[in-house]
Amino acid sequence: MPANYKNKILVIFAHPALQKSRINIELSQAIKDIDGVTFRDLYEIYPDFLIDVIEEQRLLLEHDIVVLQHPFYWYSCPAILKEWIDLVLEYGFAYGHEGIALKGKSLMTAITAGGSEDSYKEDGVHHYHVRDFLRTFERTAALCGMNYLPPFVVHHTSELMSSEDIAIYSDLYKKVIISLMDLKDIDINTMNKFDYMNDYILDQFESWSA
Amino acid sequence: MDSFLFQAFIYLLAAVVSVPLAKRLGLGSVLGYLFAGIIIGPFVFNFVGMGSEDVLHFAEFGVVMMLFLIGLELRPELLWRLRGPILGLGGLQVGVTTLVIFLIGYLFGFTWKISLAIGLILALSSTAIVLQTLNEKGLMKTEAGQSSFSVLLFQDMAVIPILALLPLLAAPLLGFTQHSTEEVHPAGFTIEALPGWQEAIIVALVITAIIIIGRFLVRYVFRFIAETRLREVFTAFALFLVIGIALAMQIIGLSAALGTFLAGVVLADSEYRHELETDIEPFKGLLLGLFFISVGASIDFNLLRQEPYLILGLVTVLIVIKLVILFILGFVFKMRRSQNYLFAFSLAQGGEFAFVLFSFATQNSVIPIPMADTLILVVALSMGLTPMLMILNEKLLQPRFSTLDQRPESDSIDEKNPVIIAGFGRFGQIVGRLLHANSIGTTVLDSKPSQIEMVRRFGYKVFYGDASRLDLLHSAGADEAKLFVLAVDDKDKALEIAETVKKHFPNLEIVARSFDRRHTHELMNLGVKVIHRETFNSALELGASALKLLGFRSYQAHRAALTFKHHDEKSLVDLHEHWGDEEAFLIQTRLKNQDLLELLSSDEEDKEENMDHSWERPGT
Repeated sequence: MPANYKNKILVIFAHPALQKSRINIELSQAIKDIDGVTFRDLYEIYPDFLIDVIEEQRLLLEHDIVVLQHPFYWYSCPAILKEWIDLVLEYGFAYGHEGIALKGKSLMTAITAGGSEDSYKEDGVHHYHVRDFLRTFERTAALCGMNYLPPFVVHHTSELMSSEDIAIYSDLYKKVIISLMDLKDIDINTMNKFDYMNDYILDQFESWSA
Repeated sequence: MDSFLFQAFIYLLAAVVSVPLAKRLGLGSVLGYLFAGIIIGPFVFNFVGMGSEDVLHFAEFGVVMMLFLIGLELRPELLWRLRGPILGLGGLQVGVTTLVIFLIGYLFGFTWKISLAIGLILALSSTAIVLQTLNEKGLMKTEAGQSSFSVLLFQDMAVIPILALLPLLAAPLLGFTQHSTEEVHPAGFTIEALPGWQEAIIVALVITAIIIIGRFLVRYVFRFIAETRLREVFTAFALFLVIGIALAMQIIGLSAALGTFLAGVVLADSEYRHELETDIEPFKGLLLGLFFISVGASIDFNLLRQEPYLILGLVTVLIVIKLVILFILGFVFKMRRSQNYLFAFSLAQGGEFAFVLFSFATQNSVIPIPMADTLILVVALSMGLTPMLMILNEKLLQPRFSTLDQRPESDSIDEKNPVIIAGFGRFGQIVGRLLHANSIGTTVLDSKPSQIEMVRRFGYKVFYGDASRLDLLHSAGADEAKLFVLAVDDKDKALEIAETVKKHFPNLEIVARSFDRRHTHELMNLGVKVIHRETFNSALELGASALKLLGFRSYQAHRAALTFKHHDEKSLVDLHEHWGDEEAFLIQTRLKNQDLLELLSSDEEDKEENMDHSWERPGT
């Protein structure tokens, strides 16, 4: 079933004050209505933090790729996403001896960070690379037997971004999602040659157009 | 001296003086009543004359009421669980005690008929004294309490065959005075003339009728009466019910106590249980007191003076025999030591049934009159000694057992719930359902009969009654409950209830529903700590929904509502300090309103600054 093969993508989105974040509004708009994408706005669905674990697990089972989309708060995710991870990735479901429900699926982080790419370097303000900070998510995926894909990252959001810049990023994000849907076999090794999913996709498109 | 008022005055005076004294001295109310009886009786002040026998018969109705109340506490399934102890322990106690006393009598040269009659009569113990004393000491729910109760229940049932058996033991050749049985029989066997099988059918029918009426019909009558909101009519009906059953039992020749006990068990599931308890309780208390007084007054000290050694010897023998048998039975039934002592000491006396049965036996020429008089005195003395024996056990024997051994049975009959909910309308029901869903037992009180019936259809245990009444709170278990949910929909009633609960159950925590800010302050004044205004939270949630529909993110709306809520609740608490000082209160209220206004009415940008500093720097 080569041609019409589609990965189903579950986007778990968390932003406590989306009304204040143009970039996240645009990124979400770009992908949420794509056929085959399920978009879950956690703060909208669970304003009181009472997460429906069974429903969330059911959704995970129905999808092949999970995208955690959120602002990069304090080198990590907003509170509700941590709550989601703590509750939904249960022992016996996601990890542990019999916890194999997510095995073979893939996980990607899509984040918006205030600092520039340069600030996330050894001599930058943040001292470490974004992927160093994302180790938690990488290991979480590994423990669940999932492929951990390079993160999709939008940098420098603390500066006022022009509408054009925002449009470029949301286009790219859309390309990432659509490309992931079409990938039959995910070649982790090739992907991981790139730090960011952004670069992998750009590379793919260049090689096609070449 | 003979006027009714004077008699009543003397009885009440004796009770009022001696019972508190006895309680103060740690002797218990039963002993107090008995002493009161002795003092006003013919051998000390002779206030009441020999007429106390009639009073005794009248007062025995207190025992009937007590068993009704005990029945109310005992749901059918709990009674069923006690069937082993009732038949096993009770049967053996009556059987073995009868046998031993019979053998002793026979060895002392009495005819086997007399010996057997005496054995049967003396095997019984005093329901009134034992249960009253155990109740007062809070020991009813211990292993020993339950066992004692089971034995007493069996004895109550055994009275019927004993009554039937005694005439067969008659010895007409001895030529005692003869009376016709009908005349003196306490229960008046009016259906005795019928053949046995018809009698059995009638008995079965009456019992079935009690069960059916109690289970299905009485509720509607209660409801009808409760809706009149006339308390005394409810009380009248409760008394009517008990007396009616007692009467029916007498007609079919069963023990009235047993019948009302059965009725009590049938009504134990009823929503009107606590109200019934509360209504009958004072009557039972007074009549039982009267009963104990008349037992005291009926002790024949002349006889005692004439034959002190014989009588005191017999009392000792009776108590020792019963004590030893009870102790051995307790041992056989694997009771723990401390419980076994309590059990044996509780039941080691003759019972009030002996008074009736002895006179019945003399009427039937089974036992000569002088002998019966002696034995009645022996029984009365043994009853009088019981509270002292129990104190002896408590003070000398029980301290020898470790506390571990004295700990009450975990499987004891105890259905007191940790939470009492007063008011089970639209508000209380939600609280109740939440607690219920989290497996927390609740006792619910409501004063609207229609409400109760509707809710009970959904399987809730709701009881009829006015929660501001102290006695009702007692019977709903307020002494042992942890939490009191005050959810009635009447402002003044709520304050009244809060005051009563605070005053009489200072350790019972209250969570209260209030109407508005004013009512909240009034409840706070009474010391209630946790108060929720009935409309506040739902109005806030509706407000949040409105914000959402106007385009707010749901988390933003949620936080806006919470911010408002916390501000409002804090200002309510802050303002309370000025409550009562009209002027200061008004000024402070105005200031607080200003705070809130500033918080809410500043322009868009400022509002975000105030209410939602969080997460994003502007402009991202």
